[in-house]
Amino acid sequence: MLSLENVSRTFGGFRALQGVSFEVKQGELLGLIGPNGSGKTTLFNCVSGALRPSAGSIRFRGEEVGGLTPDRICHRGIARTFQIPRPFKKLSVLENVALAAHFGHMTREPDAAARARARDVLRLVGLPSDEAARPGLLGAAGLKKLELARALATGPALLLADETLGGLDLEEMRQAAGLLRRIRDEMGITIVWVEHIMATLMRVVDRVVVLDHGEKIAEGMPREVAEDPRVIEAYLGEKLVLG
Amino acid sequence: MKRLLALVGVALLALVPWLPLGPARLYILHVLVLVLIWAFVGTAWALMGRFGLVSLGHGAFLGLGAYTTTLLWNFLGVSPWIGTPLAAGLAVLLALVLGYPCFRFRVVGHYFALVTLALGEVIRLLIIAERDWTGGSLGLTLKDAGAFNLAAIQFADKRIFYLVALAVWLVGLWVWWWVDRSMTRSALEAIGEDETAAASVGIPVTGFKLRITLLSAGLTAVGGVLYAQYVTYINPGTLAGIGVSLQIVFAVVLGGMYTLLGPTVGTALTIALAEYLRVAFGVRFLGMADTIYGLALVLIIIFLPAGLYGGLRELVLRRAAPPRAAT
Repeated sequence: MLSLENVSRTFGGFRALQGVSFEVKQGELLGLIGPNGSGKTTLFNCVSGALRPSAGSIRFRGEEVGGLTPDRICHRGIARTFQIPRPFKKLSVLENVALAAHFGHMTREPDAAARARARDVLRLVGLPSDEAARPGLLGAAGLKKLELARALATGPALLLADETLGGLDLEEMRQAAGLLRRIRDEMGITIVWVEHIMATLMRVVDRVVVLDHGEKIAEGMPREVAEDPRVIEAYLGEKLVLG
Repeated sequence: MKRLLALVGVALLALVPWLPLGPARLYILHVLVLVLIWAFVGTAWALMGRFGLVSLGHGAFLGLGAYTTTLLWNFLGVSPWIGTPLAAGLAVLLALVLGYPCFRFRVVGHYFALVTLALGEVIRLLIIAERDWTGGSLGLTLKDAGAFNLAAIQFADKRIFYLVALAVWLVGLWVWWWVDRSMTRSALEAIGEDETAAASVGIPVTGFKLRITLLSAGLTAVGGVLYAQYVTYINPGTLAGIGVSLQIVFAVVLGGMYTLLGPTVGTALTIALAEYLRVAFGVRFLGMADTIYGLALVLIIIFLPAGLYGGLRELVLRRAAPPRAAT
């Protein structure tokens, strides 16, 4: 569904991504992990159009999307969340999601239909859908859910979820991970999930790609990857024990 | 109910010129016409301003509009009925030339404000430089077409101009309201807050910013035309450049740019204040009006960031509806 070929991105002399290649298959829940600064978010930015890749090709459903503007990429069916939630604070929670439902597709949905769908999505992630709910009243977990809801409302085929667990407690993490699974299982949305906390992610995903210093250092089943010496080294010797 | 109130309000406003206003009737009418014209321009500015697109160069569009129709009329005898769409078109074109690169390359916030500031000055200097036909800094007088000439939009009777200005002002309010009630408002609000996030949910950021800028520029040019037709004298100092551009911004900030009537209230207050101070002090305290005006502005920005009208409206609404407990 998504294939990256030799994708690179430099910032001046700094190479944030160097020749990264991998495939995401239809219906897959792929984990993208790596230490801080390994290029995960840069990769997301390139795929979602927030950044233009310096080199390489990004193909989505067979078509090149590298270098398109973010709104066009969204219309093609790729949605993303942000690591640090970026809600529109002046709008209500419902309006935040309704905007995404209205503008997220190739053809714009009428207001009423967009609102109805926004309500459905809010119910799915477990957020209030009344007009009075404001983003300012949501806590960390709520804001993460709002990020997900906004991305889902655009009706994506591929969801790029950036650190959905950051800042959450254990119980919230378990819920969020379960939600991602349900999104994949029930809505059939392919997911690439970035996280730098590995433990929870490794239990949920089908396959893992590991980045370090902008390069792909490993790819495979969670169990194999956790044993990979290069991965262990990248995480400063912290070996992951899977239960 | 609201609609009825608005209708009654408009009807009352339309009747003002026929009220017994006493010996100062003409003067009062004159001030009211100016208020309506500048309120329209302020409303057009606020279309952009309320979404964080702060233009400090709207004088460029104003001047372009005024000079286009006046020059066409004076030199080629083209009626302002034809000149006005041309003027608006030129302003839209200018806004496109300015806006597209700015928005495409993410010139935002203070940088955008600075670019527009330069634009206002460029137009002012251009008008001065082309003195052979624009009259330079001495300005230009609209060629007289008689006391009542519909084709030339010239009326000696202030009551007619009052009605024209009232109609144009209402159109401005209608445009503001129309933008406000559409999905466009939410989209622009989102863009104003966070362009990256807005683009990520599929909002075409550049397109939206460009459209609202073109709309605002076109309307502002119409305001310039109206001013020129009413005063029948234009010069680059009053219609282009930093001075008038900032005057528009200050009036709107004073009244409040987030509400329908904010720009109007702000404009009415600044004009009333300037007129009052001018009459009260005459030439004794030159600059007194500006000082009081500046002071008022500073106080309002600190204590009523939503503007005088916007802030008071908020207070009244909050008084009317008891605060909901935060959940």
